[in-house]
Amino acid sequence: MATSWTPDQPIVQCVDVRKSFGALEVLKGISLSVRKGEVICIIGPSGSGKSTLIRCINALQPISSGSIQIEGIEVSDPRLDKLALRRKVGMVFQQYNLFPHKTALQNVMMAPIHVLGQKRAEVEARARALLAKVRLAGKEDTYPGELSGGQQQRVAIARSLAMRPDIMLFDEVTAALDPETVKEVLVTIRELAEDGMTCILVTHEMNFAREVADHVYFTDRGVIVEHGPPATLFTAAKDERTQQFLSQVL
Amino acid sequence: MKTAGSEQRLAVLLPYRPAPTRMSIRIGPLPAAILCFCAVMAASTAWAQTGPTMLSPLQVIVKWSPLLLRGFAFNILISLMAMLLGTIAGLGLGLALLSESRLLAAASWLVTQFFRNAPWLVLLFFVMFLVPFQVTLFKTTIPLPDWIKATVGFALPVMANVAEVVRGAVRSIPSTQWEAAESLSFTRRQTMWLIMLPQCIKRMLPPWMNIYAIVAMSTVLASIVGVSEMLTLTAQVHAAEGGRPELFAPLYGFALLCFFLYCYPINIWTARLERRFRVR
Repeated sequence: MATSWTPDQPIVQCVDVRKSFGALEVLKGISLSVRKGEVICIIGPSGSGKSTLIRCINALQPISSGSIQIEGIEVSDPRLDKLALRRKVGMVFQQYNLFPHKTALQNVMMAPIHVLGQKRAEVEARARALLAKVRLAGKEDTYPGELSGGQQQRVAIARSLAMRPDIMLFDEVTAALDPETVKEVLVTIRELAEDGMTCILVTHEMNFAREVADHVYFTDRGVIVEHGPPATLFTAAKDERTQQFLSQVL
Repeated sequence: MKTAGSEQRLAVLLPYRPAPTRMSIRIGPLPAAILCFCAVMAASTAWAQTGPTMLSPLQVIVKWSPLLLRGFAFNILISLMAMLLGTIAGLGLGLALLSESRLLAAASWLVTQFFRNAPWLVLLFFVMFLVPFQVTLFKTTIPLPDWIKATVGFALPVMANVAEVVRGAVRSIPSTQWEAAESLSFTRRQTMWLIMLPQCIKRMLPPWMNIYAIVAMSTVLASIVGVSEMLTLTAQVHAAEGGRPELFAPLYGFALLCFFLYCYPINIWTARLERRFRVR
């Protein structure tokens, strides 16, 4: 189903996505589309299926029915080349998940060298530049265990960027961080968004979502309750559930 | 009957309860060596009462020690080779246990359980008597001496135990590491060799060394199937010296001492590594 995709079409297109774990239906028909260069924030109470949705976009979890297309590639296609898909989609996790036996620089360099087969010297130059970009110059030879949570998370972002993805997925990337280090990670993501990277964020940082997002989706119990530009969603939410949630978190 | 005496205990013989003894004596390598030496020496007092023409037990040990130590070196050689073979095979079997293919995982599980739960001596007998003493391949005859067969016999249980160690270590790594590797497009094989196994080495080292110490001590089983390792030679030396009963303890004590001095440091080192890796 890999149709010829052009940049003016949505880069991510979800149509009626459903996902069940046994008898429990976590996603009950999610439809959304993301254009190239857009920044999307998905907000909502815990257990509303936000993380599951972005894990499905990355094919880390299979969907039960519906369709997800990334640059025209159907994710639920059984013949899908998952590795090819994931080269287009970078992902950053809540728990950083850096490789503990490798230094910061090696963490960033590993995938381009082993997965893309690029030349070591070229990759190293790019990795050093990326670490500098996330303000970690000088930490190249440090092991993850010796870095703070915020620093580890920025290494994780650099590690994903080293693969030159078209889309970046952020799964509650600040949820495990100390309050004082949250900001440094958010600054990094904002810079990325300003550079024109397509970003899909699951987040609890409402102020950040309001500032950075082009479009905000509010999910609850597996459905998208309401969506719109942050200015309207945060100030003039129509649905009762959205209003209730926002009054609790804002 | 006095009411005031109700508080007094009657003179009843209570059942005898021995105080629980704690059997955890830590012996340093040096005191242990001294202990073994004393055991050897104690037997020489028995010699003092015999005729002057016979050699003292200590003299017997000194006289035969080159042969006995050569036998001991042979034990070590067998244990090292069994460990090498067993580790390579065990790594393969361990990876098969972790395979995504149900069939392969189930088959390797059966193999692992079979060799882990079979007595080492029985496995040794099987290899000794089922494998021919020579094989002819393309008109060249390769002899298979007993000690090579014994090595293979020991490598089989090592393989199964190493496989379990590999499987356990890889399983103990959080699944989020797999997800991170997956999201970076690493293949399963790359993830295993570049990300999982390097992280596992630390966790695998102490149990692996433990297996080795057990293998080293078990090599004496080869004496039962006639490999001329240290225990076989000790028995032969004993016979050559006329089978004098007072030589029994010193000669076998010498063998004990050799194994103890070899295995005890390994165990100390293992315990130290275990403590060090637990901190992280």
